[in-house]
Amino acid sequence: MSSQDIPEENLPVAQADGADLEKHGDNPFADPGLPPHEHRIQDIDERAAKRSERTVAFLFTLSMLATIGFIASYVAFPVDKSIYVWPIGHISALNFALGMTLGVALFCIGAGAVHWARTLMSDEEIADERHAIEAPPEVKAKVLADFKQGAKESAIGRRKLIRNTMFGALTLVPLSGVVLLRDLGPLPEDKLRHTLWAKGKLLVNQNTNEPLRPSDVAVGSLTFAKPEGLEEHDHDFQTQIAKAALMIVRIEPDDIKDKQELEWSHEGIVAYSKICTHVGCPISLYEQQTHHVLCPCHQSTFDLTDGARVIFGPAGHALPQLRIGVNEEGYLQALGDFEEPVGPAFWERG
Amino acid sequence: MKKLSARRRHPLAAVVVLILALAATGGLYAAFAPADKAQAEETSQSLAIEEGKKLYSVGCASCHGTGGQGTTDGPSLVGVGSAAVDFQVGTGRMPAQQPGAQVPKKKNIYTQAQIDQLAAYIASLGAGPVTPTDKQYSPEGADIAKGGELFRTNCAQCHNFTGEGGALTKGKFAPSLEGVSPKHIYEAMQTGPQNMPSFPDTTMPEKQKKDIIAYLDAVNGEKTESPGGLKLGGLGPVSEGLFAWIFGLGALIAVAVWVAARTAKAKKS
Repeated sequence: MSSQDIPEENLPVAQADGADLEKHGDNPFADPGLPPHEHRIQDIDERAAKRSERTVAFLFTLSMLATIGFIASYVAFPVDKSIYVWPIGHISALNFALGMTLGVALFCIGAGAVHWARTLMSDEEIADERHAIEAPPEVKAKVLADFKQGAKESAIGRRKLIRNTMFGALTLVPLSGVVLLRDLGPLPEDKLRHTLWAKGKLLVNQNTNEPLRPSDVAVGSLTFAKPEGLEEHDHDFQTQIAKAALMIVRIEPDDIKDKQELEWSHEGIVAYSKICTHVGCPISLYEQQTHHVLCPCHQSTFDLTDGARVIFGPAGHALPQLRIGVNEEGYLQALGDFEEPVGPAFWERG
Repeated sequence: MKKLSARRRHPLAAVVVLILALAATGGLYAAFAPADKAQAEETSQSLAIEEGKKLYSVGCASCHGTGGQGTTDGPSLVGVGSAAVDFQVGTGRMPAQQPGAQVPKKKNIYTQAQIDQLAAYIASLGAGPVTPTDKQYSPEGADIAKGGELFRTNCAQCHNFTGEGGALTKGKFAPSLEGVSPKHIYEAMQTGPQNMPSFPDTTMPEKQKKDIIAYLDAVNGEKTESPGGLKLGGLGPVSEGLFAWIFGLGALIAVAVWVAARTAKAKKS
């Protein structure tokens, strides 16, 4: 804003009253300056200063002893020794000794430093006036002249080969960083849409590692299954089970409200994905009387009698159901993969 | 004696001897035959059912119906088995004090003999899971590590990693397993009380149930020692974080305030 926008009478020149106040010395906003310095007992009494010195030295010595204690307890205490300490109760002697000694060692260094600074180091108040940020004109002129001289001496304008190759080198160097961005990929393609389940794969009980029969699954029971052929020592077990995890419950067919759910079940045995459709927590807090499944992370609740519809919480989709049947030998088998992607929604899910 | 020996040639003597011999044999047979014991057991069993029925009509019938058929206030007990009765009455859950989201554990007012009689009566209504024997649930010799694996697969979602319990929907909760006897844990897995799903022997064999009990005994038993000292409920990062923020940071702030509040000047103002 320029001074032309301000009415004449509001300019500082016109404010005679303010100038008068300052002249008379009763400006309420005047700088009061520093208060008079007050001495500490240690500044006056040398014996008190000696006492403080001894206190600080004592704290530092205590820290040294605690560190030695730390090393000694690391050597001395066996890992499984347990002691009773009030009010913590039973605790591993090693943990307790290491924590206490390291805590004392660190605390004493800090306490010593604070006591030193407060009682012995100088506490005179010092005023350091601020100066203008802008450099004086002669400094500016000199910097400019130095730069010009440097440019002339380096002959960057005359030796064009050097200049151009330097530009080339500087342009190419960042490419190495760009190439590394490739590690963010590759894109998952259709991996999020498919699991290990396929037509004819048996439902294997995760407890016993045996294929399940319909008679094994009682009403009100809860069973977890993995696809046939997936073993816990497989290198990709975690990746695969994260998508294929299945929970199996049996509901009286009359209690199933959803027609498709009933069609995809076998004699009331229904198989649902165990992965919450909100952010993918494993979800198996099954209540056998209400047939509700609760997610422990954000309390999404699904109704297993009604196509695992979301009845509470932030989840966006029903849990995907796996279509199951029975093979010729009487074992439960999948009749295909999940019809929709399991787990949380993703950008291209549609 | 004279009289008796004088009559030994009496025409009916042979008949009398025969009758005496038969009576002795029959008597001995009756005394030592195994059938007799079975009969005695059957009698005591039917006596237990009889006694159980009496206890049932006093304590249970108002909700579960006069014949265990169930009413609007309580489910049918036909086919729940003696294990379910032993769990529900043994832990004090039944008879329930009042209706609600979940019937909590309370002081058990029945003796074990009365519970057995009740269980015998309910078991007589229809076949169901049988009360386990000591050999079935005793954690001795079980695989604790395997039990931990099974517990985390099947139980930890509701009961927390070391069996401390957790919340469910609408006021229901998975109770803490601390101090629950191995027998009751076994029965709960077998029968699935209230909203807990069951884990029958067909999907979780007896040996695996023992492994789970052994795991719980190791991480949450009477002799379990916490190497970290205060467990803070064993609930994980929530209670530990709360403790660190309130007591840890609180102590640091208190020390900082105390240091700054005391002036080092000789003349106190």
